[in-house]
Amino acid sequence: MLVVKDLNAYYGKSHILQGVNFDVKQGEIVSILGRNGVGRSTTCKAIMGDVEPHGSILFKGEEIVGKRTHEIAHLGLGYVPENRDIFPTLTVRQNLMLGMKESRKEGVWKIDDLFERFPNLKSRAENDAGVLSGGEQQMLTMGRTLMGNPDLVMIDEPTEGLAPKIVEQVGELLEEIAARGVSILLVEQKLTIALKIAHRVFVMGHGHMVFEGTPDELRANDKIREEWLEV
Amino acid sequence: MAELIIFSLLNGLVYGLLLFMLASGLTLIFSMMGVLNFAHASIYMLGAYIAYTISQYVGFWPGLIIAPIVVGLFGALVERYGLRHVHKYGHVAELIFTFGLAFLIEEFVQLIWGKQTVAYAQPELLDFSLFEMYGSTFPAYRGFMLLVSVAIFVGLLVVLTRSRVGLIINAAITHPNMVAMLGHNVPLVFMGVFGVGSALAGLAGVIAGPVLGTAPGMAVVLGPIVFVVIVVGGLGSLVGAFVASILIGMLQTFAVAVDYSFLQFFGHLGLDMDPDGALSDLYTVTIAQLGPIMPYMLLVLILIFRPTGLFGTREV
Repeated sequence: MLVVKDLNAYYGKSHILQGVNFDVKQGEIVSILGRNGVGRSTTCKAIMGDVEPHGSILFKGEEIVGKRTHEIAHLGLGYVPENRDIFPTLTVRQNLMLGMKESRKEGVWKIDDLFERFPNLKSRAENDAGVLSGGEQQMLTMGRTLMGNPDLVMIDEPTEGLAPKIVEQVGELLEEIAARGVSILLVEQKLTIALKIAHRVFVMGHGHMVFEGTPDELRANDKIREEWLEV
Repeated sequence: MAELIIFSLLNGLVYGLLLFMLASGLTLIFSMMGVLNFAHASIYMLGAYIAYTISQYVGFWPGLIIAPIVVGLFGALVERYGLRHVHKYGHVAELIFTFGLAFLIEEFVQLIWGKQTVAYAQPELLDFSLFEMYGSTFPAYRGFMLLVSVAIFVGLLVVLTRSRVGLIINAAITHPNMVAMLGHNVPLVFMGVFGVGSALAGLAGVIAGPVLGTAPGMAVVLGPIVFVVIVVGGLGSLVGAFVASILIGMLQTFAVAVDYSFLQFFGHLGLDMDPDGALSDLYTVTIAQLGPIMPYMLLVLILIFRPTGLFGTREV
């Protein structure tokens, strides 16, 4: 589904991504773990073309380096950013509508579907999205991206700042998304839901991957956890 | 007195709505791209001149349609092949680019049409008075200006609040990158907004040309006022631009009609000022004479007491 080879990216003169390699297969949940500042979000942004990528990124067999952001989105890549980026002055329903790539064309995920899954969003459908709580905003951003019928969703720290009960709900939603055949790239700092739901995990160090394996292999590898994950 | 109020209200509305046609495009362009387009008023002037030339051959009405389309396309090309390339060098480069463009358009206009005011006249069809009240008449052409501006305002409001394109524009104002990541072609939206903003400025030029005069100085006369409008209304706020346009339109129109000075004001308070005293130049100034600087006085007050503007969220 997604094959990233020797990905490099820069912010000004800082060399942020220094040869990142990983892949995500059809229907798989893959997690990229790592501390703040190692380049996890930049990896997502480079894949979306929001930060200029150097290297090779194959999505469904097609090279996407050099394509523009909206073209990449149209190929079926969705991104849920860490800072959520809801449109605060638009209503919840309008936010969801903007997720659709063409007007009046709902795909696998329908607005009513999402409302059923998240009754909170339904009761606030006509409210400005800016007044939602953090958890509700997270659900809205994920719902908005799903409205675009992605084949692969990259989700950046979805549990950041959320109450444990909501974190659990986010985990359930991710499993449900994967069950519908959508691949997931979960970018996280904390291990909780990543180790629970991911099929494979990568650990990122300064600008490149330092570990690849199953969640069980990571649990067993104290050295990697101590050196690259524990605070 | 009633006559003064009614006619000033109507004229203020006509002028205010004209300002809004310019300010709406300028404020949308600013909020999406972060660029204050210094050439916006020049595009308004270009609209008037192109319509004038068209009117020479086929009359006023075709010009009303064709000239805004021409300047709209011109605006879109400026964005696509000019501003978009300058964008990567930062806002200063963009400002200098639009500043240079304003000079270029002014020189171009003088080169083609000369330095004198051209005889761009209102159509004969509208050359009558709409109504008469207290011995004063209200020209039909001003009624027509009012109609066109209101139609544009309503059209803009409907597109921005009811259509999908409007949703995309609203979202792209604050989060252009996120909108692109959802699969919308943001550069195309930017070009469209620049084009439509320019077309609106052009249309304003077409309908204002016959009344305010079509001369190479017309951009310089209106340009600064339009900047005042968008700062007073709040940068990036369309509602703010509307309210500020009407406010400044009214302020200037009413001021011109009031022949009242500080000397008279002090007289009413029972203070006798010497009309030939040392500071007489200052206190014999009438409100009418202050009219042209009133928008700037309002600007100063807004910057002191409410730097975000009436409806804005970000500081100037």
